[in-house]
Amino acid sequence: MISIENLSKQYGTARVVDDVSMTIDPHTITVIVGTSGSGKSTLLRMINRLVEPTSGRVLIDGADTAGEPAHLLRRRIGYAIQSHGLFPHRTVAENIATVPELLRWERARIRGRVEELLTVFQLDPATYADKFPHQLSGGQQQRVGVARALAAEPNVLLMDEPFGALDPIIRGKAQEDLLDIHRRYGTTVILVTHDMDEAFRLGDRIAVMSAGKVLQYDRPAVLLTQPADPFVARMTGSADRALKLLSLTNVSEAAKPGTAPGPPIPESASLRDALSELMWRGTESAGIIDASGQPAGCVTIEAILAHGRAH
Amino acid sequence: MARVAPYLRIAALALLLAFLLQPQRFAPLFAPLTQYGAPAIYDQGNLLELTLAHLGTVLLAAAASTIVAVALGIGVTRQSGAEFLPLSRTLVNVGQTFPPVAVLALAVPLVGFGEKPTLIALFAYGLLPIFENTIVGLKSCPSALLEAASGMGLSNWQRLRSVELPLAMPMILEGVRLSLVINVGTATIGSTVAAKGLGEVIIAGLLSNNTAFILQGGLVTGLMAILLYDAMAVLERRHFGALRVD
Amino acid sequence: MNVSRRTKFDRLGALLALFALIALVFMPFVVAKANRIVPGTSLGLLAAVPLSTAIGVIAAVLVAACIAVILASPGLRLASATLAVVIVSLAVAAAGSALTPLGNKVVRIAPGSGFWLLLCSLGLMATDAITRLRPGPLLRVVLLLAFVGIALAAFAHGTFDHLSVMREYAVNATRFSHEIAQHLWLALGSLGTAVVVALPLGVLCHRVPRLRGAVLGTLNLIQTIPAIALFGILMAPLAALATAYPLAAALGIRGIGTAPAIIALFLYSLLPVVANTVLGLRRVSPAAVEAARGMGMTPAQILKSIELPLALPVILTGIRIVLVQNIGLVAIAALIGAGGLGTFIFQGIGQTAIDLVLLGAVPTVTLAFSAAVLLDALIEAMDRTRP
Repeated sequence: MISIENLSKQYGTARVVDDVSMTIDPHTITVIVGTSGSGKSTLLRMINRLVEPTSGRVLIDGADTAGEPAHLLRRRIGYAIQSHGLFPHRTVAENIATVPELLRWERARIRGRVEELLTVFQLDPATYADKFPHQLSGGQQQRVGVARALAAEPNVLLMDEPFGALDPIIRGKAQEDLLDIHRRYGTTVILVTHDMDEAFRLGDRIAVMSAGKVLQYDRPAVLLTQPADPFVARMTGSADRALKLLSLTNVSEAAKPGTAPGPPIPESASLRDALSELMWRGTESAGIIDASGQPAGCVTIEAILAHGRAH
Repeated sequence: MARVAPYLRIAALALLLAFLLQPQRFAPLFAPLTQYGAPAIYDQGNLLELTLAHLGTVLLAAAASTIVAVALGIGVTRQSGAEFLPLSRTLVNVGQTFPPVAVLALAVPLVGFGEKPTLIALFAYGLLPIFENTIVGLKSCPSALLEAASGMGLSNWQRLRSVELPLAMPMILEGVRLSLVINVGTATIGSTVAAKGLGEVIIAGLLSNNTAFILQGGLVTGLMAILLYDAMAVLERRHFGALRVD
Repeated sequence: MNVSRRTKFDRLGALLALFALIALVFMPFVVAKANRIVPGTSLGLLAAVPLSTAIGVIAAVLVAACIAVILASPGLRLASATLAVVIVSLAVAAAGSALTPLGNKVVRIAPGSGFWLLLCSLGLMATDAITRLRPGPLLRVVLLLAFVGIALAAFAHGTFDHLSVMREYAVNATRFSHEIAQHLWLALGSLGTAVVVALPLGVLCHRVPRLRGAVLGTLNLIQTIPAIALFGILMAPLAALATAYPLAAALGIRGIGTAPAIIALFLYSLLPVVANTVLGLRRVSPAAVEAARGMGMTPAQILKSIELPLALPVILTGIRIVLVQNIGLVAIAALIGAGGLGTFIFQGIGQTAIDLVLLGAVPTVTLAFSAAVLLDALIEAMDRTRP
């Protein structure tokens, strides 16, 4: 668990981060969102002490991060940045092996970990391990950057606008991959972005920052329905906020007992997907099946619309 | 620093001129560097004359090498001269490894002693930086600009004169500047082959173990080099500042 | 390339062929002197060598010229030009022995202007062919070593012994090997010491931007002082040092000779290395350095494993510049008694003996050129980041 207590950073007279306090639960994805200049990157970088706080402290699992040399702390925390910062003079395998080598793992263990990560990130080790970064595409470089951050099996992964440099088609895939990795390894992820849609897609909890302060820190649905600040409302609330809310909810929450004609909708679908499907078919209702294929009730357009209404 | 620079410049120039016009006034400064009552100020010739001769040799060689180098550079970057380009580039690379003293030494048996071998050596040595920079400057002209110019109906010659050369000028001037500064130093060696210049002062000092002479020759040459370097920088900035791509 | 399609012949090749033919036909092949002092008689090719040799030379040059004009294949052009160079060189050696009466050690046979122009034209044809082949670093080194090796072997074998240059060498043989060793030791020694100082200085300037202006400005100022002046300025304090401390004199530190030369060369070597170190470090991707920091590398580790390796090509370029510069400056240091190949050059100038000048100048140029080729090849071969 990560506990941020009254963290501030001041440059001269400017307060870039102003008295921020928040608690991040383990194994969650927390997204910090804000416009440029809001202090979100600075806040992130105070967690691994790339920027030293002017006041306040950060506790990871109860221990103050200021209690040990910064470089040792950073070897336990994964760090992935937008321009990935791959070392041009080292191969993909050598890049990924950087922190394990700093931690003096045995060669066999390093080799195994590199292969495992390359496979998980869908880069065939035989082909890619000995390639140099300039021989990879932008998307591949980004994946290697994240793999490198995870190499030493950190409990915490910090990401600073990791998908910003990717074109929209690849970005979606990269976001899905992150969710996969998170499910597989259970790493606590703190991700900084300026893209609200990305925050809603990825975050278990979202912190909205502006001018150094955290305006609201809560689950995405709460941000949508109960914005604490007009700025938060402006950032989240756009024309399609109802649809955003629907996309956050699972179809089983609007299920009623019963059946309906036509192909069923899987239980894992969101309400938004269900609405889209019903509109496409031109019907009022459809059945739901669960993961094993058993019927699990049905859902109607009316029930969906009720969920989408402002609370 | 930028605001102090013009004053430093003028001060340096004033100091240099004062020394050249009234050298004897500086005698007390140099006296401690001499032994056995040797003359403190170079007296085997007029310092001002030597400086002007030195400067003259350098500028003459620079003018000649600029004209030739720029002409060759233009020729080699044209469509019709393209086959000469790879060799030119190699020659530029190779030529820069030739020590200036070797060029000077090889010129003497060909043309005798005096100013001529020095001019030849300075000319040959000065060609290379200017030639290289002319090529780079002309080649780095964005092709979109060239197309636009041709599209507007400019002939090749007009395009060269109004688009390519002005854009390449900062780089060319940079090459001339480099060539000038190197040549001021190289010309001092010319005195070993009886060319008139400040090298004489230094060599006289070496021969008679007179550090004062050596310092005078060295300092005047050094100041000349710095002032020329600076003057070129001002010229570049004033006329072509907008075009510099730093 | 549409240019070579329209013009059936190569204009550069034609120009060089023209020069070669002019040299062959109209200009003296050798200059023969009865002894070192008297003026010489110029002799054309046919007068200088036996008929068979002359025919060989004419044939080789004509073939190379035709190939240069008509054919485009670089390999063939290189082969024919190189062959012609070899044959012409052997011919001038043959001229030497042909024109020297048996046992006569006084006669001086020197290559004439025609020979030099011929050699230059053929050499440029070969150089052009090599350029078009675009050899990689390894091949360039092999070509250099082959050329120098073959030339040295020919000289060692005594092929050129009858030429005036080698006569001068024969007189100065032991001194020559001593001077060339001295030359290399001065050039490399000053470079080595300078790198040891300049590299950390460069890193410091990179880390502390405020220092950069002052350090680079001072070093730039040093560069504008002409070499003989700096040599001279160092002589007086060193002489004083030698008289005041006998230990220093015992170590060989004197007002003249090696000491002022090495110190001056050291000072001149600083600027290119410091400037290039700063430049190279500045070009290292800031993202890579940020990532390295974020991963937990100490500043020393980042310098050692990331910044310096990535800046190395630029730093080595600075070292190459210094080495070539120093080889030239050592030649000038002969004026203050530091030894080296410059002694022959200045002796030759003093005695108006071009052969002595050649004895000094040609090895100097060869050393400088070889250093440049070797280091360039090293830089290119080491660059793993090149696409």
